[in-house]
This record gives sequence, C-alpha cells and structure tokens, in this order.
Amino acid sequence: MMATVLSGDLPRSRVLALILLAILICLALAPFLFPGVRTVDTAARICIFIVLVASYDLLLGYGGIVSFAHTMFFGIGAYGVALASTHMGRGFDAIFVGATAGAVLAAALALLIGLFSLRVRAIFFAMITLAVASAVAVLVSQMSGLTGGEDGLTFKIPRELGPAFKFGDRFMGVKLNGKLLAYYFVFFGALILFLLMLRVVNSPFGRVLQAIRENDFRAEAIGYRVVYYRVAATCLSAAAAALAGSLYAVWLRYVGPDTSLSMEIMIDILLMVVIGGMGTMYGAVIGATLFVIAQNYLQNLMGAASGMFEGLPVLPDLLSADRWLLWLGVLFILSVYFFPTGVVGRLRHGK
Amino acid sequence: MSDPILRLDGVYTNIAQYHILQGVDLEVPRGAVTMLLGRNGVGKTTTLRTVIGHWRAHKGTVTFDGEDITRKPTPAIARAGLGFVPEDMGVFADLTVEENMVLAAVSGPIDSARLDWVFTIFPPLKTFWKSEAGTLSGGQKQMLSIARVMIEDRKLYLIDEPTKGLAPAIITTMARALKDLKEQGASILLVEQNFAVAKALGDTANVMDDGRMIWSGQMAELATNAALQEQLMGLSLDAH
Repeated sequence: MMATVLSGDLPRSRVLALILLAILICLALAPFLFPGVRTVDTAARICIFIVLVASYDLLLGYGGIVSFAHTMFFGIGAYGVALASTHMGRGFDAIFVGATAGAVLAAALALLIGLFSLRVRAIFFAMITLAVASAVAVLVSQMSGLTGGEDGLTFKIPRELGPAFKFGDRFMGVKLNGKLLAYYFVFFGALILFLLMLRVVNSPFGRVLQAIRENDFRAEAIGYRVVYYRVAATCLSAAAAALAGSLYAVWLRYVGPDTSLSMEIMIDILLMVVIGGMGTMYGAVIGATLFVIAQNYLQNLMGAASGMFEGLPVLPDLLSADRWLLWLGVLFILSVYFFPTGVVGRLRHGK
Repeated sequence: MSDPILRLDGVYTNIAQYHILQGVDLEVPRGAVTMLLGRNGVGKTTTLRTVIGHWRAHKGTVTFDGEDITRKPTPAIARAGLGFVPEDMGVFADLTVEENMVLAAVSGPIDSARLDWVFTIFPPLKTFWKSEAGTLSGGQKQMLSIARVMIEDRKLYLIDEPTKGLAPAIITTMARALKDLKEQGASILLVEQNFAVAKALGDTANVMDDGRMIWSGQMAELATNAALQEQLMGLSLDAH
C-alpha cells in the first residue's frame, strides 16, 4: 500500500522515514498542533516550497538541467490565479481557470525555451532562462495596468477559504473557519502534486531522465532522444512550479514581484535542493522544511540567545537578531560541508 | 555472397581540428565477427562512434542494412537495430542493474527467455539484479554493459574493447559471452586488443593505421602470419 502511494520509492533509511513521517504529521495537523497565525503560515509555506523545490529537483536532480527561470514559472502560476480571480470574480472556477492557464502557459514557455536552447548544450539553457526570467520580472513590474506593477495584486478568493466563513465552533481550541480550509486546500494540493512528481521520477520516463543525466551519449546510443526527454522534463517541471505558485497565491491572496518572481527565491530554491539532496525528491521535503523554519525562526532564536549572553563581551553582538542572515549563511556552508550529497544522501548512503 | 550489414565508403571524420578518419572503407558481413585492429590512436573507436552517429562523417557514406545512416541521429540508428558497447562501459551508476537492463530493452518489455540466457552467461547480474550499477566491480560493470546490448536481438553489435583492463577470469567470461552471441548468428564488429580473444572469435579482420584501413582479409590468415602482423601493426600479436 505505502509502496504504491510512494511509487515504490521508499525512504530506504529508518531515520529518514521517521523524519519524513514527523514532517508529514506536523504539516497535516499544523493548525491543531501549533495554533497561531505565524506557525500555520510557516506550515503552509513549507507545503508550497516542498512542491516548488521538488519540481526543481525533477529538473536539476533528475534531468541534470540548470534553470534560473523556476521562479518565473512559479510567478506565472501565482499571477494566473490572481488575474483570473480579479477578472472573473472570487470563486473556485477562477482558481481552477487561473491555475490551469498558468500551468499551460508555463509549460508552453518552457517548451519554447527548451526547444531553442536544449538542443545545443545545457549551459545555454541556463543562460537563456536567466535572461528570460529577468525580462519577465521587468515586464511584470512595468505592466502595472495588468499586473499591479511593483505593488502587485490583492484579490479575493472564494468565501469558503476566507476567515469570515465559519463551519462550526471550535475543535481542540481551533476556530473552524475558512482559513483552516484554505490551509488544507494548500496541504492536500501540495501532497497530491508531490506524490504525482514522485510517480513521474519513478516511471520509465524518470529512469530515462536519470540515464540522460548520467551519460547522455550512452542514452542516445541506446535509442532515447535526449532533447525530447529534456524538453518534456522542463515542461513538467514548469507546470508543477506554476501550480505551486497558484497555491501560494491562494494562501496569500496577494501576488507581487517580490513574493513570486524575485531572484532571491530562485537562490533559496537552489539552496533547499542542495541541502535536502539532489535527485531524491525527499530532499525537497527536508530542504524546504529546514530552510523555511530557519528563515522564519532563526531571527527569534538569535534574539533570545543574544539576550541570554547580555553582559558578556562580543557574544551578544555576534548573536544579535540583526545578524541572522550571517548565521543562516554559516549554517548552509556547514550543511554543504557535512552533507555533500544532501541530508537524504547522507542518511541513505552514509556519505 | 549476401550484401554486408554495414558498409563504410571513404569516410572522413574530424574531431575539432584533428582529422581522425581519412577515407575509411569497411565491410562488415552478416552473421560473422569482424575484427577491427590497429595500434592505439589510429581511429578504431572513432570509426565505431562515426557509425553510431556520435561523430559525424563530413565526407563519405555509412550504409547500415541497405540504408544510408550517415546523417541520421544516434537514437534512430540505435533503434534501427544497432547495439553499441562503448569502451568506457557507460553503465548508469545510479540506476539498478534491473533498471539498466529495462532501459536497454527499447522495443518493449524484456523477454524472459532472453533474460535467462543472459543470466546463464553473466550469473553475477542475477545476483546483483536489484543493486545500483555503481556498486558493481569493474568486471561486473563490463558484463552489464554487454548484457544491455544482448538483451534484445540486434542486427549488428558494435563492441569496443570489451576485455580492456579486466582480470583474466573475467576475460574468459567475456570471450565466452561473445562466442555465445556469435553462435546465435549475430553480426559483430569488434575492436579488441587481446589477441587470444581476437583469434578465437574473429572471422574477418581489418587493420587500421593513421585513420585509414590498410589491410582487410581473413582473421586466420593474419593470426598465422607473424610477418604480416609485424608489417601491419609493428608487432607480433603472438607475443601478446
């Protein structure tokens, strides 16, 4: 049963299985285990980034293709929902139309970029994605009539997903309202997308993709058209990223260049893939969880640590909450040093 | 005599600024083992890679099973029935032995009778069926590399130095595998430096030097003529 759900790709490490199970339980019960606006928001972000990072892992870890346009695809999905909800009015149909249009547009754009650049060398693909992503980010900022420019777009989602909608009193002290439904909309959306991607990488298509990553000439000499598989992987990955963007838009009820198109998010995704472990899918779960938690809570933790050492020389300054980015950087350097194959690689192979 | 399964006519191949093949002519008959011999760096591997389409011939034609494949893409050449075993084995290290074999069976699911036959030739592959190919020894990787082309019936097998760097016991296994393949009536173009293997398997031989074919004839003739070996390759193969 479990093997079927996970497409035969079991964690292959007891510790990894326990960690993944703990993450799944925490995310599934987040509104009840960690009630509070900020904690539930963090859990929702983790869900969304797991999908986004897994879709990037499909490209980089399984296909060996470096792309800098992943946030562009993420943004296309987010803007798709925002524009559809703005113009069609609030409703699930608007979310469906926006998400579908975003995924199709992202896949079409990926197809175009892939056909132009993946025929030659993977490095050209990386360069072109960088250029296209930058151009789209500028375009979105400039087309303020349509996209809201730098201010972005605030829109209404279905009433059933808003805090004003109530479907009961309280359960375990948690208000049964639309915000809770919105969280589970994001959670189950992310879970389904993740399991679908797990299925893709464990399908014959995924195996060919891995073979191409390892030795593209050999894969061609067996009879596989490398360009076809690389382009297909790019399109799938782009569509999945766009759907993650749609979930993000539903959760935030807002889209803007900073939240869905910035290069900073792209770098975050890269870091999450590397920390979790490339070409593993489960690495996306670990990487996204660690990263989003660090991003949200490291500053608080350091503030508390700084307070503890008050009165001592240097230490309070060094641990000041303002320096959280420095320590985040140090943590990443250490994690890459100690886990060169990512956390999942280390747990599976002990190296 | 039937038409050859593979024919190269005046093939020139350049790699960057280097003129590697300079008018190669070659005929590979059906149902026989054709040896491609010569010193290191004379263009044997480039000849095989030109046939499979990795390097493009900028002049001349490559005809496979009556069809001009000179400009065809590599996957199309492979799917036309040409199995290639590269010198560096090219196993997919992160995939299991099973996954490597499944990928190699491009025309459909693996035929179980054929798989049993492969297992009788290379028993370690059955033992390590679920193991990642990267964890296999060098000899086992070479077995997997050859087993991948043997898993389906190919019209022609291109095999580049299958015994290179292997222990004597593994070389014996390889030679037996190729002999089994030959006995099934397979057409094979084999690059091999191990003379004992070449002598045991080869029906015809072609000797290259400096990007050209300098001699073609029966393997038996070359194997028994030390003077010819000295003249063509600058050494007596019996000494190896």
